[in-house]
Amino acid sequence: MSSTTEIKNNVVILFAGDSGDGIQLTGSQFTTTAALYGNDISTFPNFPAEIRAPQGTIAGVSGFQLHFGSEEIFTAGDAADVLVVMNGAALKANLKQLKPGGIIIANTDGFDAKNLKLAKYPEGVNPLKDSSLDKYKVYEIDVTRITRTALEGSGLGTKEMDRSKNMFVLGYIYWMYNRSLDNSIEFLKEQFKKRPDLIDANIKVLKAGYNYGDTVETPMNRYEVKPAPVSKGTYRSIMGNQAAALGLIAATQKAGLTLFYGTYPITPASDILHELSKHKNFGVKTFQAEDEIAAVTSAIGASFGGSLGITASSGPGIALKGEAIGLALMLELPLVIVNVQRGGPSTGLPTKTEQADLMQAIYGRNGEAPVPVIAAYSPSDCFDTAFEACRLAIEFMTPVFFLSDGYIANGAEPWKFPAAADLPEIKVAFAKNNLKEGEKFLPYKRNEKLAREWAIPGTKGLEHRVGGIEKENETGNISYDPENHELMVKLRQAKVDRIAEYVPLQTIDNGNAKGKLLVIGWGGTYGSIKTAVKDAIAEGYDVSHAHVKYLNPLPKNLGELIKGFDKVLMPEINSGQLIKIIRDKYLVDAKGLNKVQGLPFSSVEIKNKIVEMLSSNNE
Amino acid sequence: MDTQTEDIKLTAKDFTTDQEVRWCPGCGDYSILKQVQTVMPELGIPRENIVFISGIGCSSRFPYYMETFGMHSIHGRATAIASGLKATRPDLSVWIVTGDGDALSIGGNHLIHLLRRNFDVNVLMFNNEIYGLTKGQYSPTSPLGKVAKSTPMGSVDHPFNPLALCLGADSTFIARSMDRDPVHLREILKRANAHTGTSMVEIYQNCNVFNDGAFEVFTEKATKKLNTLFVEQGKPLTFGLNNEKGIKLDGFKPTIVNVADVSANDLWIHDEKDQVKASILVRFFDAGGSEDALPRPFGVFYQEERFSYEKAFNAQIEEAIAQKGKGDLDALIRGKNTWTI
Repeated sequence: MSSTTEIKNNVVILFAGDSGDGIQLTGSQFTTTAALYGNDISTFPNFPAEIRAPQGTIAGVSGFQLHFGSEEIFTAGDAADVLVVMNGAALKANLKQLKPGGIIIANTDGFDAKNLKLAKYPEGVNPLKDSSLDKYKVYEIDVTRITRTALEGSGLGTKEMDRSKNMFVLGYIYWMYNRSLDNSIEFLKEQFKKRPDLIDANIKVLKAGYNYGDTVETPMNRYEVKPAPVSKGTYRSIMGNQAAALGLIAATQKAGLTLFYGTYPITPASDILHELSKHKNFGVKTFQAEDEIAAVTSAIGASFGGSLGITASSGPGIALKGEAIGLALMLELPLVIVNVQRGGPSTGLPTKTEQADLMQAIYGRNGEAPVPVIAAYSPSDCFDTAFEACRLAIEFMTPVFFLSDGYIANGAEPWKFPAAADLPEIKVAFAKNNLKEGEKFLPYKRNEKLAREWAIPGTKGLEHRVGGIEKENETGNISYDPENHELMVKLRQAKVDRIAEYVPLQTIDNGNAKGKLLVIGWGGTYGSIKTAVKDAIAEGYDVSHAHVKYLNPLPKNLGELIKGFDKVLMPEINSGQLIKIIRDKYLVDAKGLNKVQGLPFSSVEIKNKIVEMLSSNNE
Repeated sequence: MDTQTEDIKLTAKDFTTDQEVRWCPGCGDYSILKQVQTVMPELGIPRENIVFISGIGCSSRFPYYMETFGMHSIHGRATAIASGLKATRPDLSVWIVTGDGDALSIGGNHLIHLLRRNFDVNVLMFNNEIYGLTKGQYSPTSPLGKVAKSTPMGSVDHPFNPLALCLGADSTFIARSMDRDPVHLREILKRANAHTGTSMVEIYQNCNVFNDGAFEVFTEKATKKLNTLFVEQGKPLTFGLNNEKGIKLDGFKPTIVNVADVSANDLWIHDEKDQVKASILVRFFDAGGSEDALPRPFGVFYQEERFSYEKAFNAQIEEAIAQKGKGDLDALIRGKNTWTI
């Protein structure tokens, strides 16, 4: 064995192959193993919209980017140190993501004439054979052949054998980074419970990959990435959509309510449904409706009956729900609307990330229809934000938007999870009949939060009618009175505004409370901004970072906080949406940094802008 | 639908709200409201356990006039809202009030899904073959060639046969009644309430402002007996001034015969449980008044016992709890793989 071991602080590996190559599984297996070992970690899958796009083509390439380190990690990494490619198309699609001098591990079988043609390399060109990859370290392995050899006599057909190729790669990467196979072996045993032959085959190939590293005479280095100095505690790995589902369950459990989830399948929100539907023993009721409108209206019906109605979708589905969200706010019933944002408009980029539905969430309804909007900033934060969305909906009797996005929904990170007992209590008080003789129930009478009472069917004496048509203050009877309408419009707005009294003040995430430049972000850009600001501060720049979770209403102190800085920079994965609101509300000359490519920011992109703004003299 | 009853003495007045009823004078809706308010006390369901949900349209003002829980929602969605309510509150008696435009046009999708799922709710579809609230456009049940505000040259839309559509969606209870026959309507409302599953009731309702007389051939004394067929379980299909005419099935083809000319056994005997016969019966859809037209049937066409959605839906919750135990929030949050630093 000619390898030596090198210590690294952090490493980015990008696994790429055909969407049928099991890339997502390979990536998530390495993620779990690295997390169990104690690395800090962040991941980002990148898969095609088509379930099985034509094999071997660029359109069919599936990727999984994984950033792990012995230091704090906030993003899936700007560029890869290691690129694992199962075929020519995967190389072509991802080479620009690889750092100069980076490592390419290539499955040579995926670079035969047929695959090269599918990947649209010119006739006779094989990137492994010409000098185009000279600035990288290339390791060619005939994964297919070795896998088949390892499984000789297993009784499996060639097709089934080839399905284990990803385990070979995984085993090899485990060898490169000195990782134990135990976690993946356990996983395989569970995964193929009903097919013992496949358990054996996959474990065999996994070990073959590991042993290949050990025995083959290549000048390949091994690397060690030590555990990260993260705060003490017990962790698990969590994906954003999974965290959202758990947050919704936790909130309804704390509130003692039934969770009703009305939804219609849509990328990238469906995984919340999949997760919730596994937990019916929590009384979780998932309803796959006939369309997006039925999804939200069935949730409204459930809330009317005293459950917590929740609906989820992505942009196009949210557009369809618009009228019903307006109804929910007129009825003043709790409703949580989850939008896992994707690239738009229209069908847009279903599997890509974007933050372009903020205006839709805040303003996207007919009439003056204010709805609270909060956004999660990382995979694990989806738990807290989903929980908070439920709390606000229940305590203020209002629909609430919970914004996530494709990046954090599918991304994963370690999560120092809370104990159920430490989660905040959510108080639910259904209206009781305390009426005196002859007194009428007033469904739209309000408490100090301007919330009306939740009077559910089955409560004797509280029979009443609600509706989408304008209603008289307090009685809820239909009213066309001009003054009453204006009063009701103002009351509905005041109720949402008052939420600012009951949510945390805006804090500075990193940097000083006053200074030259404040970077304001929201949602899934957190990791990139965090890394950029951390690096800039380390280089001596006077820059701070504030990440806004409460987007409507905005935190009470945000205006004051902004005044403490000479300049404001607002990176967004859209053409500038929150910036319009901030400029409008605080009359501040904030500058935008905008990217609309269906991809997250790299931290370098943001850091360069920080440096540019702090270096210019046009103050 | 079927909800546990208890001994309470209420009257129609107890189901009347303090709100002024604002339909046009002479509207068929008044009669329907009156029959519903009259029937309610007889059902023995506490008022607080009854919910009326409507969409948009003239008929959809209905909940505001019923002293029960109620929701006047948005166009076409009452069926979907009721689905969510019934799924989570199987204990409630849920009534959907809708119209031909609300149920069959903008809400058509939800209606067919409500029916196939068979939620235990009642649908009262007021069919007036016109859009009334928006002042007189043709509706999905308006006859071909209907001249209305939006169709000065006549509608070119082939109309829905609503009950054939509902049967096609595997509805478990299909009935038709009319605003002008209070006794029959009350009877049908009681039958709808008694059925476990979605009870689909089409009610012919006259819009005296925008579509006056659309059903008069079926509802007015002079022509009613010749043009209508009131079906009753186990009884032969007969009609006419003195029930002198009957329906005989010639293979699958219904034909009109003189009762005197055939033996009693030859006549079609109504069987609510027979889906094939029901599918023929819903096709009695000839324009009324013509010489050889089949009469328009009223009554319960079809009724079948099938598990209701909410029952199976909630049984899964019980089953999950039985299998895995009641959810442990800490275990859920913790997941399968953890590590401690």
